[in-house]
Amino acid sequence: MSNNILEMRSITKTFPGVKALQDVTLEVARGEIHAICGENGAGKSTLMKVLSGVYPHGTYEGDIVYEGKHAQFGSINDSEHVGVVIIHQELALVPYLSVAENIFLGNEQRGRGGLIDWNATNAEAAKLLARVGLNENPTTPVGTLGVGKQQLIEIAKALSKQVKLLILDEPTAALNDSDSEHLLDLLRHLKGQGITSIMISHKLNEIAEIADRTTIIRDGRTIETIDMSLPTSTQDRIIKGMVGRDLEHRYPERTPQVGTEVLRVEDWTVHHPTQMDRTVVDRASFNVRRGEVVGIAGLMGAGRTELAMSLFGHSYGRNITGRVFKDGKEIKTRTVSEAIAHGLAYATEDRKKYGLNLIEDIRRNISAANLDALSSRGWVNQNEELKVAEEYRASLNIKAPTVMALTGKLSGGNQQKVVLAKWIYTDADVLILDEPTRGIDVGAKYEIYTIINRLVAAGKAVVVISSELPELLGICDRIYTLAFGRITGEVPVAQASQERLMELMTQEKEQVQ
Amino acid sequence: MTGIANIRELLTRNMRQSGIYIAFVLIVGLFAILTDGLSLSPNNISNLVLQYSYILILAIGMVIVIIAGHIDLSVGSIVAFTGAISATLVIKGGLPWWMGVLVALVVGFLAGAWQGFWVAYVGIPAFIVTLAGMLLFRGGTYLVLGNISLSPFGAPYSDIAAGFQNGLLGGPGYDVFTLLIFALAVVGFAVSQWRSRSARVAYQQAVEALPLFALKIVAVAAVVMWFAWQLANSRGLPNVLIILAFLIMAYSLITSRTVFGRHVYAIGGNLSAAQLSGVKVRRVNFWVMTNMGILAGVAGVVFSSRSNGAQPSAGNMFELDAIAACFIGGASTTGGVGKVTGAMVGGLIMAVMSNGMQILGLDQSIQQVVKGLVLLLAVAFDIYNKRRAVTAG
Repeated sequence: MSNNILEMRSITKTFPGVKALQDVTLEVARGEIHAICGENGAGKSTLMKVLSGVYPHGTYEGDIVYEGKHAQFGSINDSEHVGVVIIHQELALVPYLSVAENIFLGNEQRGRGGLIDWNATNAEAAKLLARVGLNENPTTPVGTLGVGKQQLIEIAKALSKQVKLLILDEPTAALNDSDSEHLLDLLRHLKGQGITSIMISHKLNEIAEIADRTTIIRDGRTIETIDMSLPTSTQDRIIKGMVGRDLEHRYPERTPQVGTEVLRVEDWTVHHPTQMDRTVVDRASFNVRRGEVVGIAGLMGAGRTELAMSLFGHSYGRNITGRVFKDGKEIKTRTVSEAIAHGLAYATEDRKKYGLNLIEDIRRNISAANLDALSSRGWVNQNEELKVAEEYRASLNIKAPTVMALTGKLSGGNQQKVVLAKWIYTDADVLILDEPTRGIDVGAKYEIYTIINRLVAAGKAVVVISSELPELLGICDRIYTLAFGRITGEVPVAQASQERLMELMTQEKEQVQ
Repeated sequence: MTGIANIRELLTRNMRQSGIYIAFVLIVGLFAILTDGLSLSPNNISNLVLQYSYILILAIGMVIVIIAGHIDLSVGSIVAFTGAISATLVIKGGLPWWMGVLVALVVGFLAGAWQGFWVAYVGIPAFIVTLAGMLLFRGGTYLVLGNISLSPFGAPYSDIAAGFQNGLLGGPGYDVFTLLIFALAVVGFAVSQWRSRSARVAYQQAVEALPLFALKIVAVAAVVMWFAWQLANSRGLPNVLIILAFLIMAYSLITSRTVFGRHVYAIGGNLSAAQLSGVKVRRVNFWVMTNMGILAGVAGVVFSSRSNGAQPSAGNMFELDAIAACFIGGASTTGGVGKVTGAMVGGLIMAVMSNGMQILGLDQSIQQVVKGLVLLLAVAFDIYNKRRAVTAG
């Protein structure tokens, strides 16, 4: 028996009109952590769906050899039966059910007469939770736990299925740094117990940290598999393989031309919408100038999104107090339309849930926030609308056959460009971009940064909220740090480093004054 | 982006919509054969218009409600309620006919606004609010009528739905006036199509080739004029058809061309995204529900006029017919998708089927079974289409 737990040989998968995978080969050694890298749309998820039986045997060409035997999975059940478990990017837990119920969902611990044995269920669940290092009561409803803990529950669920080969699709995309670190530790730990992992990720630093080998996929083909223990296997090396070209710089050059102050926020305080005594944003003050990119760094739960959304038409929170000045004059932003009218724009961190109408086309998504400019007396000029959409498709390089394409069918990067187009079209002076590059590939990220640069060059001000510190350091002029709802620091980028920012972002409440 | 769209592109561009039109033609053809052409006779077509007009009027409002992601179960009861109030005022109170119409519309407006308030500003799901409304307004109907029927209205109230424009210009056995009105409508249609085509050309968009464009206009003109010919050979132009045509045109434009219409689609497509794009969601929802109330008032007038009186059980199950028309016409059960014209064709499919089965003398029970199956198949087809679209993408 070979040392490979899995060999996928010459996998080709075609959809009507598209060759998603072409002659892809993947070899995973027993007990390793194998990373898969590639731009969005390169075919990583398709490959994993072939492996896990989502696309059953017969719908693709090529062979899968698992544990030395030819595998012909007809469904997810088949693959899980032999220990191949996939954890998707979007977690599939039922929020109202308990931790234990979720772990054994579809795989219930039955006692006498086919009834569920709750004692066994909860006891088993407790053991599994201990294995993933999660200190929670098995009867806690999953919905009350954070994303990081939910991710661990997914892994516990996989363990309950006697997993041998664990596939994780972007496991840390929604996690903050400490949760990510915990997850990576757990993967190392599981490796020690002989569990092989395949990890799809965009976070190259994590891959460099944890993976034994990395397979790079580009345009539906395997490019190469790199041994990560070699000193030449750097992040830049992976990027080169992914994009097929050297990205000299991951961030486009920009000469800052900072002008006058355009937005100033003073003593902004926001309370939690349901727990009224909880302060989510506490006396936050900051300002942005024309031609400036300002970053807001903070760990998950620091109040970054809450700060932005409460500013943008009081879309979050209650008992909001504080003052907002636009071009030196105090303004009110009590409703979203008021905020838009004052030249604010906010692109959400979750573009599918809050940013786009996925069943509508590109054209109508772009015009959605500024229909007034396209209409007179309530009537929309549809020809003008189409023209505007075409202009933005060209200028932001939105890759779609026409602007009549539904946004739900676009890749993450192109969806993000549609969201940006929508807000740029409102001609806002201040654009608040919440995690503008989350879940999108390196090439599209570069394009987004270029768009940001073009905006500030035109005299706009951009506020970028991001979990990725290198990104903030790469594109911002000034960075504010947020911890526990308070602004804990303001650092010009020249004096900022990841360590310095992290220090400010983790300041305890007592220290913040 | 210039280019010439061909026929196949025209058909496949919106399978969901064109599928419905093809189904409609097939169903009309089927019943024409089954009834030996009786279903296409002048008198039957004239009857069909009168008989289903109020369902179509309700479906216009309903499709907007459904696009916004809501539902309205109360419209049948509001039809009865508004008709009852109008009958009480006109028949019992001796007020002029137009007072009855006016009050019915105002009551419809108020009923809609009442429900709109609970849906939009209190945040109760429309299903619950209108389920309550269904009971509320049915009960109100019983109270107003004291549990007995009222009739007759007499002309001119009864002419609203049962009357015709006929003989205004005389005519040799067929009504010239009807033909003239329809001819004008066809010319208007052709002109507006030409203008919108020219505008698209000016904006360098793809348009269909000129021969194809001409063919489309001629085909539409032929169907419409044939329809006019049948009406002219029967009793002339039904008044209710004028009302219906006006409403269809107005609401097609409102849904497709106005900011309000666009906001309705945005809310149904993704509520949160609409909110964060500055759409005043509450206000839009309020007016969507209120508008449904007004149209239910219109349907109430039309129905009471057609039945020449008011009955406590009037309008029973109308809501279900209207909802079915929308879904057969391609509206999505989850909101964000649908068209007024689609709902009209959906309503007509139901109408042609019911009418055809009546001519064939099929039992009421069989008719119900067939209608139920058609609704189920239409939505199944819709879901199948959606799933295919997803896997292909």
